[in-house]
Amino acid sequence: MRRIPWTLVVFAALLVVPFIGSRFYTFVATDIVIVSLFAMSLNLLLGYTGLVSFGHAAYFGIGAYTCALLMKSANVPFLPSLLAAGLMAGSFALLFGFFCVRLTRIYFAMLTLAFAQIVWAICFKWNDVTGGEQGLPNVPYPGMEWMGSAPVLGNFRVGDHFYLTALVIVALCFAGLRRIVDSPFGRVLTVLRDNPERAQFIGVNVRAYQLAAFVVAGFFAGISGGLFGIFNRGVFPDFAFWTKSAEPLIMTILGGMGSFWGPAVGAAAFIVLNQQITSYTEYWPLTMGTVLIVLLFVFPGGIAGTLTGIVARMRARPSPGATTVPVSERGMVKPNA
Amino acid sequence: MLEVHGVSKTFDGFTAVDRVDFSIARGEIAAVIGPNGAGKSTFFNLITGHLRPDVGRILLKERDITGAPPHRICLMGMGRSFQRTNIFPKLTVFENVQAAFITHRRRGANFWGLSDRLYRAETDALLAALGLDDKANALSGALSHGNQKQVELGIALACDPEILLLDEPTAGMSAAETRETIRLLERIAAERSLTLLFTEHDMEVVFSIAQKIAVLHQGRLIAEGKPEAVQQNADVRRVYLGERH
Repeated sequence: MRRIPWTLVVFAALLVVPFIGSRFYTFVATDIVIVSLFAMSLNLLLGYTGLVSFGHAAYFGIGAYTCALLMKSANVPFLPSLLAAGLMAGSFALLFGFFCVRLTRIYFAMLTLAFAQIVWAICFKWNDVTGGEQGLPNVPYPGMEWMGSAPVLGNFRVGDHFYLTALVIVALCFAGLRRIVDSPFGRVLTVLRDNPERAQFIGVNVRAYQLAAFVVAGFFAGISGGLFGIFNRGVFPDFAFWTKSAEPLIMTILGGMGSFWGPAVGAAAFIVLNQQITSYTEYWPLTMGTVLIVLLFVFPGGIAGTLTGIVARMRARPSPGATTVPVSERGMVKPNA
Repeated sequence: MLEVHGVSKTFDGFTAVDRVDFSIARGEIAAVIGPNGAGKSTFFNLITGHLRPDVGRILLKERDITGAPPHRICLMGMGRSFQRTNIFPKLTVFENVQAAFITHRRRGANFWGLSDRLYRAETDALLAALGLDDKANALSGALSHGNQKQVELGIALACDPEILLLDEPTAGMSAAETRETIRLLERIAAERSLTLLFTEHDMEVVFSIAQKIAVLHQGRLIAEGKPEAVQQNADVRRVYLGERH
């Protein structure tokens, strides 16, 4: 059977969204695209390196403020601002991570949370720069005039233009992340996840690699935050609050941390469920909690893990007697293994 | 090759290793034996940098490695296997061994290459030498205990060590697997002119391949020398071999 290039199929489908002509669909799609980068950046730590961070929102928030401040207050163009958002978030990840990787397991998680709360408190109180509790409203859209004069694209709204811009940037980030997890560096991360003690004795400086993963994850979270601030038309201290850190965790568990695309699938499911459920009932958190509990017990591999498991079983059926272990994704956690 | 000078380690007032002097020459095969709790594993952990000695010095190839972190000692040419099997259970057998090639040859900081293409031939050759070639794509965590021990040996050998420390290499293996492993170890040690230091509870194994034996008892080195001499040593017979005969 020829492999279907699912990545390209999904990317093409997403490119078509503005043609539907619905402001709402474009809005939801933009939300999903940007937030899935946030979740995917966390999964570099969670699924690949075996580090549980409860404070990933710090880097999302730092990226959002950096990009918004540069664009709004300093009139810096969009792309340099966004790159600066990633670099600033990565720099803070380097600083905070330096301390965090000195601790393990729950202590590591609690320290990431503590740093994130410090970031939140600074955003909340530093009125002169961050606007304090009021945040930074009216973050400008990037200049996308060339799209307005381009054929086809010219008919779209500015929201559609931003959606396409964000989609391309996030796709490039995903390509970068994919490349990183497939690289020798990515292999070392999976080795750390599986057995840090043994990793030392194949010559791995465990803390240095954990820190490097932390910085890379922080960089991509910063990019995601920068995009989100523009999408949201404003940046607020809540971006760095601990509940914001929980969102990518939930998305990753929902989608499955055992596969590369799991967190993105989880982000889509999370946002669509949120939209749908809140239109029926005000008990959205209750419903989400129930969904999570069921998922954790019945489908521990998440949505993506369960789907790839089914596909693997269907592929295995035509050739009985073949005793291959179903490999959901090379080098990744195999649920129930 | 390796010299240990007056090394001690105390845990909460309990002296696990007490002023041990020990050395092993290049190419030698030596065993550390002793009853349970004699301090063999602590002794190993001191050499490999997992523990820091309270006093004493450890030299590897005439360079002081006392208190150096494990990854640095590993990169200097020391490999080890652990008493409890210590592999990367959610990676395939191939990936386990390939990862060790990547890290030991310091290619791990490469963010942009493709890991799949690296060291394929080396990994395949090593797996074939270990008799694991048919299991290359199996999940290592799902293998039998004996196979996992072989994977661990593969990981250690991929680091191209000059000296290899094996903590109970045949623990939990059947008699047949034990014989096979010992033959394999002897062959590999000869081929690569490896220096081999191992702990082992199976005396048959010890006396079949060790050229030198060190006996630990309550943290102290009570005898050291050729197998015949150690076997004749009165102290050793009393505290250790005496338990069996």
